[in-house]
Amino acid sequence: MSASSKAEPRVDRALALSHGLSDEEYENLLGILGRDPTFTELGITSSLWSEHCSYKSSKVYLREFPTTGERVIHGPGENAGVVDIGYGWVVAFKMESHNHPSYIEPYQGAATGVGGILRDVFTMGARPIACLDALRFGDLEAPRMKHLVDGVVRGIGDYGNCVGIPTVGGATSFHSSYNGNILVNAFALGLARHDHIFTNAATGTGNPILYFGSRTGRDGIHGATMASESFDSESEAKRPTVQVGDPLTEKVVLEACLEAMRTGAIVAIQDMGAAGLTSSAFEMASSGGTGFRIDVGQVPLREPGLSPYEIMLSESQERMLAIAEQGREGELVSIFQRWGLEYATIGTLTESGRGVVLLHGETVADMAIQPLTDQAPLYTRPVAVPANLARLQEAPEVPVPENPGQALLDLLATPDLASKEWIWRQYDHTVRTNTVAGPGGDAAVLRVKGTPMGLALTTDVNPVYCALDPRRGGAQAVAEAVRNLACVGAEPVGLTDCLNFGNPEVPEISWQLREAIRGMAEACRVLDVPVVSGNVSLYNTTEDRSVHPTPTVAMVGVIPEVATFARSAFAAAGDRILLLGNDAADFGGAAYLRLLYGIEQGRPPAVDLAAEGRLATLLRYLSRGGLARTAHDLSEGGLGIALAEACFDHHLGARVQLPAGGARLFSETQGRALVAVAPDRVPEALEAAERSGVPATEIGEVGGDRLVVEAGDGGGFDLAVAAMHEIWSTALPRALE
Amino acid sequence: MKCGVVVFPGSNCDHDVYHVLKHVLEQEVTFLWHGEEDLQGCELIVLPGGFSYGDYLRSGAIAALSPVMAGVRRHAEAGGLVLGICNGFQILMESGLLKGALLKNRRMRFECRDVHLRVERDDLPFTRGYRRGDVLRIPVANADGNFQETPATLDALEAEERVVFRYTDATGRRIDEADAANVTGSARAIAGITNRRGNVLGLMPHPERCAEELLGNADGLPLLASTVGAVGTLVGAAAS
Repeated sequence: MSASSKAEPRVDRALALSHGLSDEEYENLLGILGRDPTFTELGITSSLWSEHCSYKSSKVYLREFPTTGERVIHGPGENAGVVDIGYGWVVAFKMESHNHPSYIEPYQGAATGVGGILRDVFTMGARPIACLDALRFGDLEAPRMKHLVDGVVRGIGDYGNCVGIPTVGGATSFHSSYNGNILVNAFALGLARHDHIFTNAATGTGNPILYFGSRTGRDGIHGATMASESFDSESEAKRPTVQVGDPLTEKVVLEACLEAMRTGAIVAIQDMGAAGLTSSAFEMASSGGTGFRIDVGQVPLREPGLSPYEIMLSESQERMLAIAEQGREGELVSIFQRWGLEYATIGTLTESGRGVVLLHGETVADMAIQPLTDQAPLYTRPVAVPANLARLQEAPEVPVPENPGQALLDLLATPDLASKEWIWRQYDHTVRTNTVAGPGGDAAVLRVKGTPMGLALTTDVNPVYCALDPRRGGAQAVAEAVRNLACVGAEPVGLTDCLNFGNPEVPEISWQLREAIRGMAEACRVLDVPVVSGNVSLYNTTEDRSVHPTPTVAMVGVIPEVATFARSAFAAAGDRILLLGNDAADFGGAAYLRLLYGIEQGRPPAVDLAAEGRLATLLRYLSRGGLARTAHDLSEGGLGIALAEACFDHHLGARVQLPAGGARLFSETQGRALVAVAPDRVPEALEAAERSGVPATEIGEVGGDRLVVEAGDGGGFDLAVAAMHEIWSTALPRALE
Repeated sequence: MKCGVVVFPGSNCDHDVYHVLKHVLEQEVTFLWHGEEDLQGCELIVLPGGFSYGDYLRSGAIAALSPVMAGVRRHAEAGGLVLGICNGFQILMESGLLKGALLKNRRMRFECRDVHLRVERDDLPFTRGYRRGDVLRIPVANADGNFQETPATLDALEAEERVVFRYTDATGRRIDEADAANVTGSARAIAGITNRRGNVLGLMPHPERCAEELLGNADGLPLLASTVGAVGTLVGAAAS
């Protein structure tokens, strides 16, 4: 091609390799083009074929997920999954990682993570109504870690609070495997009418392509390729590739976008996320089976002199690309003008099947679209079982605690098990007036205005389990999410995930990825939860140390009548406490061993998916009917932690009798929950449990201001609720401030 | 009663207050655009919470200069009711319709939590649904909610009984700036004030977020209910 920009470098193999393409990928590109690529074409290709955009190392495994179901309208492949919830409403939701940018620049990295996921949701025509955040930090004593925690929390808060979307829940944990690579996974959910869903399928030859939102700057160039590389000590120097967020513009773009959609003049729409204008233009034309011709000279710029390469790859935030119905651009333009937004018509759709990029009329890229998007590389990377796995999975010695009460207090004082209120109080969790149960419980609950329904949201994964047995860990994450939803009476309708792993070119990492996905997929099939969207974040590796495999699950459930459901705390003195599920000694990867003795060993507890399904059915029944006033899932720290947590909201204690105390109080046997029911309704609850095939044992009674455990083996304790609460609620602020 | 909820770029509690006025209190409600002075005959004007213009210069500073505020000022001068919630309170101060300034919260962080308020005035159109001394539980959600003024002006506000709500604890006792229950660190624990005439109220907490039992708290409903119930009655003479 003769017309490539004079100032741009000549492309050769060495330059292609430095852009992250492999030899084979470069050959493939030469084959598709039938000539050497221009510099802009190389940039476009390296972005589209980056791990982040192409899922080239994970796609073969992702196919194992069940992705369809009665309620599923759009599964993976769209900007967000869309699920029917009834009454003419659908929910659109997705979770995405912003790990690499957040480690380099925590405030902007986390903020723009929230911005990006919100756009993924409203680009579907859905008004965002809730966010969740799953955060994994290193040891608080590790270098920069307190700064990272503070920056990430402020970044999420300042962005979400300003746009006015409540952050209603999440998860935060700490482990040294994240010392050099924290994880920031942001989830958003929006509501749309059933007949008002938008997609990115760009159709209609001659239809104009409209750009609107912020101007384009040099920020974020190569963000997608950065997210596809491991970290080294030079990563600090990559700060210029982190994007900068502007939540006011996001809010204005959101309102203008929803208003523009109501005109009916928008054919297709997508935000400019990873790989910016490149991915939105190519993906939209690919989905619609069309081509495009755009002139990047028309793109509103923050400063003059950006090259076409930079304009195509910029990841400046708060930008949208829309296909308008020919002749109706004016309707959209008047909305953009009213909201004070930048906009420009940058090109038209063609039937050529080619992506043609011009700069002031001069061609800088001209590529067949389908081969670039559909023939993106796909790898089945070599896998290997880690050599130390057998040793890691050896059953651990379980020390007997000298003083079980002190052990409980020590666990409550760890950042992992302590209250996370310090974090979620910095997030607006009540704006939009839908929050029926906010952060801190098993699942957040939102009402759906104009219906009797509620939505329940939770995010779960235990990375320590995943490190010790990724398949079990993956299954456990799904099962725990189902259990959390069931506690508030919700039936799961869909799942989204963020699969955070290390470098997939390392066979042991690819093995973790494959196994975790298999475990998740199996649990999703048995528990009947479709995976409707998600994201994969690989290369979470710093100087050869990989993060624990962290397949974060976020699950959405529906409560038919939101006026009645059980809460996670004890509510009334005199209520009888029932333990649902089997109690056993399960200490593989248990918090008790890890947090008190530094032992991270053993196979994580087995996940009996059929039993989890029966438990969830029972919990939903007890919770929805108001039979149980309290329902609380047992997870990290087992029964001991669950009992303590249930005492806190109303400062209401309990007296419990158990056959065995001591370490057994902290066993992490799966498939268990606590419920509390009024004394006269105990027989009814026990009958329901029997009908459901769930073991149920009455273990005690709610009341008083102390938590008293009387154990048959003498391993009980007697603690004041106020003393436990003081330790639990102040641990995180004390560690951070 | 015709109510107008002003929409600035960055308002984000506009839908919330609209919802309560329209669907809980069954009033006639319309959104008013920041770029237009005309208040469309609304009798109650609500400046909702949010981050008008991103709060990029100073909370409420840019919004105070919008065309709609000229209309709001005339409405207030004529004795019409104006309610500013959170960012709306900040805008009222920046517009000079209310005294004071709102600084960063004591902990320099965004605070989203339930607080307790003591009702100091029960004779205003906004507060007739309460009794003086009532203790309300009500959410705050702000980073800049720390009310400050000069000692002389604070004394004057007190003398003229223009402090409408004060932060307190569950017992309703009087607390000072340093008390933990005063999460913003506001001078004299002030959470909401009125103008001399008693027809303009600004407060940091969000009554619209606690106006329905389904959300677990309806302590804020009497504020909005009495405000719309009082629309149209002559106010001003008694309090000026």
